[in-house]
Amino acid sequence: MIAVAAGPNRIDPYVIPALDGVAYGLLVFVAAAGLVFCFGVANILNLAHGMLYAIGGYTAAAVFDGGWVSLALALGVGVLAAAAAGALLAGLLTPVATGNHLTQALLTFGVALAGGSLLVAGFGPDDPQVLVPAALDGSVQVAGHRYAAYRLVFIVVAAALAAGLYLTVRRTRAGMLVRAAVDDPEMVSCLGVSPARIRVGVLAVGGALAGAAGVLGAPIIGPGADTADTVLLLSLVVVVLGGLGSMVGTLLAALAIGEIQTLGVALLPSAAPFLLFAAMAAVLAVRARGLALRWAAT
Amino acid sequence: MRDEVLRRTRAAVATVVLAGLLVAPWVVDDYTSAILARTLALGLVGVSVALLTGVAGMPTLGQTAPYAAGAYASAVLGSQVSDVGVVQVAVAALAGAALAAVTLPLVVPARGVIVLMITLAIGELVVTVLGRWRSVTGGTDGLAGIAGVRPFWGLPVLATDQARYLYTLVVVATLVGAVLLLLRTRAGVLLRAGRDDEMRLRASGHRVPLYLSGAHVAAGAIAGAAGSLLVVAQQYVSPADFGFDTSALLLLGVVIGGTASVGGALVGAVLVIAVRDWLFGVLPGHAPLVLGVLFVATVYLLPTGVTRARRPRPVPAPRPPDAAPTRDRDTTPELRV
Repeated sequence: MIAVAAGPNRIDPYVIPALDGVAYGLLVFVAAAGLVFCFGVANILNLAHGMLYAIGGYTAAAVFDGGWVSLALALGVGVLAAAAAGALLAGLLTPVATGNHLTQALLTFGVALAGGSLLVAGFGPDDPQVLVPAALDGSVQVAGHRYAAYRLVFIVVAAALAAGLYLTVRRTRAGMLVRAAVDDPEMVSCLGVSPARIRVGVLAVGGALAGAAGVLGAPIIGPGADTADTVLLLSLVVVVLGGLGSMVGTLLAALAIGEIQTLGVALLPSAAPFLLFAAMAAVLAVRARGLALRWAAT
Repeated sequence: MRDEVLRRTRAAVATVVLAGLLVAPWVVDDYTSAILARTLALGLVGVSVALLTGVAGMPTLGQTAPYAAGAYASAVLGSQVSDVGVVQVAVAALAGAALAAVTLPLVVPARGVIVLMITLAIGELVVTVLGRWRSVTGGTDGLAGIAGVRPFWGLPVLATDQARYLYTLVVVATLVGAVLLLLRTRAGVLLRAGRDDEMRLRASGHRVPLYLSGAHVAAGAIAGAAGSLLVVAQQYVSPADFGFDTSALLLLGVVIGGTASVGGALVGAVLVIAVRDWLFGVLPGHAPLVLGVLFVATVYLLPTGVTRARRPRPVPAPRPPDAAPTRDRDTTPELRV
């Protein structure tokens, strides 16, 4: 808002895309955080992650009717369903846990294909209409512009979710176990924590995060045939840009991607197709060495 | 015992499939010939995936990126340069190699599951660019009405599906032959050594990242050439040909074929793509479900196909005379940093 005061005429048209970018970025962060967990802790590339998000999205479209009660219900059902799907995935992965990454990636891809097909079969091939809560269906004034109230509230909720996630990983015992499992899985299993239990827990939490993002973000990235692919791609780019496993890095990368997808497209429409690519190249040029070291360490 | 059975099954299936590919144009109708030509092009991409995944030890889900680059280069540039197929294949291979070279700094420092992630992200980004860069690629509608090619200077333009299939078959056979020959040289030995024990190879003074870069660019060139074949085969190209499901199917084909085996990758990829096309024909609507279940079943049934790359090869590759003598693994102390 300070920038607006400095140059209202030049900055003004970009306030709304910039805010949209924050909402979009936080949504991608919550979704990508689940992927970071699976990848960082269990060392599994979960190609079904986009499908877990789609489960949340379809749940929101089916259960939610505009009231607060149904929103809570949709959130509960969506999170539980996606977490259960994540746990199921972990169960399917158990027999090949000693195999290599290829097996696991292929298995999760098969689950993503089958699950996506089941979702389309269950909810119909058309993209379902998603409502926003009736109380938030209006718009509010932001720096002289009308802005959708739902998105503003979404920004607050997603920021709270991100903060909660950070505190959980940093401060709680479960978070410590997760970080320990990243650093030294053998030592953690020596401490009496079964790797299989960690895998189930991590995939379920990853699923829950994706499901929550899917329910809350349904008005922004709605459920549909392409949702799973879109979310998986955005999450992957965010995870790679964020430095593979760092929470803060992931958050910054997600916000950057959000701004690129909204503000960048508004500022440079002709270069829009290449912006994501350019972002990856730019980050690489800046911190290629740091990334290489981090990759070598994992 | 199980390995032996699997090996024999693979050999038998490979013989049947290769023989079928040879006689196909005289047996099947035009439509099937066109589909098979496209399948063969994808088989060649499968070979490039095997080169990276099995031989060099860098599992990839992004070979559709150079494949797409080659296809669009062939359709947009190649048709303006010349209508000779060999030239177009060369242009496409250059485009694929260039894209692979650009992405080198992202891919080469990474190992294992991170390579999968990064290559997948690159592949998806390329598809996104193709879908949005309307002025050149025609957006999601793709490019149609691509002119026919003549295989070589002085030869007639390929007019029938049968002719296009045979052209594809000859190019694929030539390139696969070249890859097989290349892998029998010192280059192949070094790549396999880097996959099996990178630290030891580095310790003996070899620049493993350089070898990996070479393999990545070469695999990009092969996938690019396959892109040119795709354009010839279906005379149409759109971003839908390069989706993330194609990458996963190719990886499955490579795993079925034995991961480190180039010929097996060709046969495996052809089989998997053929099964997909057949499923989408007979089960419209439920094909992804069946395909997904097949993925899971294959992963459970084929454990050796996946881990073979990690085990010592049953028959050691002949050691080139100029290579430094290597000692047995058991008697050499491990060098790890």
